[in-house]
Amino acid sequence: MSVGAPKIPVVVAEVIEVNALIKRFRFVRRDGLAMPVFSGGAHVVVEMDDHGTRRMNPYSLMSAPGDTSGYEISVRRDEAGRGGSLYMHNHVRAGMEMVLSQPVNLFPLDARAKKHLLIAGGIGITPFVAQMAQLEAMGGRFELHYSVRSPALGAYVDHLRGRYGARVHVYHDAFDEKIDLANLLKTQPLGTHVYVCGPKGMIAWVHATARAMGWPDRAVHSEEFLAPPVGLAFDVSLAASGKTITVQPNQSLLEAIEAAGVDAPYLCRGGACGQCETDVLRCEGHIEHNDHWLSDDQKASHTKIMPCVSRFRGAGLVLDR
Amino acid sequence: MTKTEFEPAIPSRPVYGVLHPAVGSAHLFVADGEGAGAVCDALTSAPALKAAAHVIYIPGANGSDHTGALQALGVAQFHRAPSFAAALPRLTKVLADAHMGMQIYAAGTEGLMAQVAAAAQAAGLPYEAVQMEHRGSLARRVQCVHCKGVTENVTLDPFQCSHCGLTLFVRDHFSRRLAAFQGVCIDAEDPGQIPASVERFK
Ligand code: FES
Repeated sequence: MSVGAPKIPVVVAEVIEVNALIKRFRFVRRDGLAMPVFSGGAHVVVEMDDHGTRRMNPYSLMSAPGDTSGYEISVRRDEAGRGGSLYMHNHVRAGMEMVLSQPVNLFPLDARAKKHLLIAGGIGITPFVAQMAQLEAMGGRFELHYSVRSPALGAYVDHLRGRYGARVHVYHDAFDEKIDLANLLKTQPLGTHVYVCGPKGMIAWVHATARAMGWPDRAVHSEEFLAPPVGLAFDVSLAASGKTITVQPNQSLLEAIEAAGVDAPYLCRGGACGQCETDVLRCEGHIEHNDHWLSDDQKASHTKIMPCVSRFRGAGLVLDR
Repeated sequence: MTKTEFEPAIPSRPVYGVLHPAVGSAHLFVADGEGAGAVCDALTSAPALKAAAHVIYIPGANGSDHTGALQALGVAQFHRAPSFAAALPRLTKVLADAHMGMQIYAAGTEGLMAQVAAAAQAAGLPYEAVQMEHRGSLARRVQCVHCKGVTENVTLDPFQCSHCGLTLFVRDHFSRRLAAFQGVCIDAEDPGQIPASVERFK
């Protein structure tokens, strides 16, 4: 159960191969209504029926936030992942019926900023495509620094350069081009906020560099969805619903709870939003906390767990669910 | 005078810390009255900052003036202003010309600190970006919720609004946007039933 309004029934209107790794999907509604307007940085959870396994993956919306005729997402093929991106790449075709959640924004622009400095790595470009459309419409000041592996894998580079010109800066790993972050952060006018979306290492690098240069933490924004990690199977007792379930190696605890027919809260399904936080009633063993939500103290106390990404090893785990 | 301890109050009532010299490319200090002491303590503990420090100082409404001590610090720039209103154009200009990495410190009365924080927010910084240390007078800057006029240096509660003349009870309810506590008419329901004023904010 996600919070809020009902889910959105859609049909896949278009599937476009952007490059060797990325496909873009456009969804329009089946019920003829308008899509909800969203704000740049929002994501939707896409529900997939992968040959009997229900997958629910969050993807950032990249269409223009005011465009209510449809939603667009880009999916990077992840061979090592649990299968959601492979399902999208290999099985989703134009004309297929699917279900989306309502848009949720955990990575919004701070409207009080005087300038927005956007830093993207690879597929991390997607929320910024929507944010730049929003900023352009509002007359907001922004600059994009986009790091890609090679020209062939630089998704949307030409499109963004065409629209935003010199505000788009592209760096290619293949040519050893690197964002000069220290210099970039040093020269920003007071009131600039920086946003980063990309690989884990890039996010940590931007946070650490900004902090070392005296940027206030609240002017540094990031979004990283974690894919639920695979692990060993484990058993969990759900005290409130009186069930004991087994979480399979490539299933998340949240997915196992849902598969048992128990309603559990979620929003991001990626360890970022806090919505799925669940009380641990008894823990004989070790919780593998994989989220960005709980504090270190909370994690050490083993009294809370984020079922969307975290796992367990040990003799017994009882949750208040 | 050292740092003030505050009683626990409602959440909107700001709490203040101690100025800690932080890493940064430039350091802007704004202080009034006894706040000079907090600036001196911070810069004495981190003398390396002085070469990149700009101090704006407003002597206290209660007459306390530590201009000499601040000048003796030997900071890159020192500016003394007769009032916050007189200092504001300079503060706005400094913020407009600055780069990210500049650290902002405010010390002294609550009204001064809140107005510095409001100026920083107007420049696009988060509220948390301004370090604050309370020193000296607890006199409050109060907005009359009825006529919207702001009265500076309120020490009595209740007090008479300097704009519309209503007798106002001074709440702990604080507006960051207005940089002021809220004052509400104390005898709205029983006109004329006004308790004696006490000096609550010295
Ligand atoms: S659903 Fe967002 S943290 Fe688990």
